[in-house]
Amino acid sequence: MKLIVAIIRPEKLSEVLESLFNIEVHGLSISRVQGHGGETEHVETYRGTSVQMSLQEKVRLEIGLSESFVEPTVAAILDAAQTGEVGDGKVFVLPVQKVYRIRTREEDVTAVTPVALATL
Amino acid sequence: MNTVVSAAGSLAALPTAKLSGADTAWMLVACAMVLLMTPALAFFYGGLVRSKNVLNTMMMSLSSLGVVAIAWVVVGYSLAFGEGSLIGDLSYFMLDGVGLEAHGTIPHLLFMAFQGTFAVITAALISGAIVERMRFGPYLAFITLWSLLVYSPVCHWVWGGGWLAEIGALDFAGGTVVHINAAVAALVAALVVGPRKDYGRQAVLPHNVPFVVLGAGLLWFGWFGFNGGSALAADGLASLAFVNTMLAPAATLTAWVLLDLFRGERPSAVGGATAIVVGLVAVTPAAGFVGPIGAVVLGVVAAAPSYYAIRWRARSRLDDSLDVVAAHGLGGLVGAMMTGVLAQAVWGGTPGLFDGNVSQIAIQLLAVLGTAAYSAAASFAILKVIALVAPLRVGEKMEGIGMDRLEHAQQAYANDDGAILIPPRKTVRRRDTATFPVPELRGER
Repeated sequence: MKLIVAIIRPEKLSEVLESLFNIEVHGLSISRVQGHGGETEHVETYRGTSVQMSLQEKVRLEIGLSESFVEPTVAAILDAAQTGEVGDGKVFVLPVQKVYRIRTREEDVTAVTPVALATL
Repeated sequence: MNTVVSAAGSLAALPTAKLSGADTAWMLVACAMVLLMTPALAFFYGGLVRSKNVLNTMMMSLSSLGVVAIAWVVVGYSLAFGEGSLIGDLSYFMLDGVGLEAHGTIPHLLFMAFQGTFAVITAALISGAIVERMRFGPYLAFITLWSLLVYSPVCHWVWGGGWLAEIGALDFAGGTVVHINAAVAALVAALVVGPRKDYGRQAVLPHNVPFVVLGAGLLWFGWFGFNGGSALAADGLASLAFVNTMLAPAATLTAWVLLDLFRGERPSAVGGATAIVVGLVAVTPAAGFVGPIGAVVLGVVAAAPSYYAIRWRARSRLDDSLDVVAAHGLGGLVGAMMTGVLAQAVWGGTPGLFDGNVSQIAIQLLAVLGTAAYSAAASFAILKVIALVAPLRVGEKMEGIGMDRLEHAQQAYANDDGAILIPPRKTVRRRDTATFPVPELRGER
């Protein structure tokens, strides 16, 4: 099992979700985060106060997966989230020690397999 | 006032009377109320767009209070209310000859200001069709030129003694001059500028529905000045227009909610706010010509066309983003035509179809078609000329980032996390720049 953590541009979220759903990846969480990825900092001005906005809005996806899903998922995120400009984000693939599904107390691979697939 | 054809401009033809304190007091208030409609529109439109574009959308309305108002004072008023058949002359250039003398029963200067608030909101209405992608500079150029080359002539035709006034077209407060005119320009602008990159591909949702409701409420309040003030006096006609402005939107709102319920859908707040605007638009040409029950009928009739047009538009490739055409175009069309049907001599002095005056319908249609044709052609030409000088829209990547950061260097919901203060230059010079390095300023563009 792996946990994929992806940091992407907020404006790319819809496209990324679409391609994830296309490859049957349905279990994920997202959060709005702020970060710095070496992109050009932009300046904003409020009534004479100029500030350099060093943090950019990003979206973080967290997806728990069984091994066979890891590669297609990473490929889907890389394809959908890329613009080619600095600031496109990162995809991290982390090992997972243990997974529990709270509803059923299932563990590990069964716990990260969507219900629809498991019952097929 | 009983023989008046087009109330708002009719005074040009009336013999100069004495100033009336009562009329002047009401018109001072009405003028301020119409002015408030433009910031109200900023909230209405601002709530409907995504949070990354709300400041730009609001600035598109607000800036009309600047550039269009100044254009109006310089030459717009003269083009609208000077002498002439198709367009006014330059006799009132820079408000020459517009003083405190009586124009009807109110000071000429006040009449000019009242009419100016109409020009401002009409130009701002167009922005709803091109939000979230049109560049701000070309937009400013467009509304300024449009107010002079399209709004002023059409205003002249109806209220300045032009050809539509002569054939007897009924437009009490601007159903044709303001709403059909702006909606046709909006349609053309949406087609010329093109759809947003996300349109039809991603869900684009209103970011702040309470703003939309706030805007609709303030628009309704201001509209009492818009329609009631178009009587240009504090009299019975003003009261009729005022009450009709209360009743027609009430009827449209009711019909709209019932349409939702009969279709098995839940009535929405955005829908309710839209219904109020549609009802207000529809009653605008009719306000001083129809009776109160006529206004209720008009409000009910106006609901369905706009209701279904909005549904159709959202599935089409026409990215009239905030439904200017469906709300103001169709609402204005229904209002203009129904004015010809529901006008009653006993209320407003002019008979309509129900009074046996069949020809009024044809006159109303001619006014709508004439205005629409001119507005379409002239708006298209203005946009194409501006496009020769500067691109009309931002690039796709910039559209993704959002107009607020790009065009205004601000965010509506700014977060000061990670915002580094750039010290003013004087402070930096006095300090050791090695320990206080000036951050490098790199713009987005």
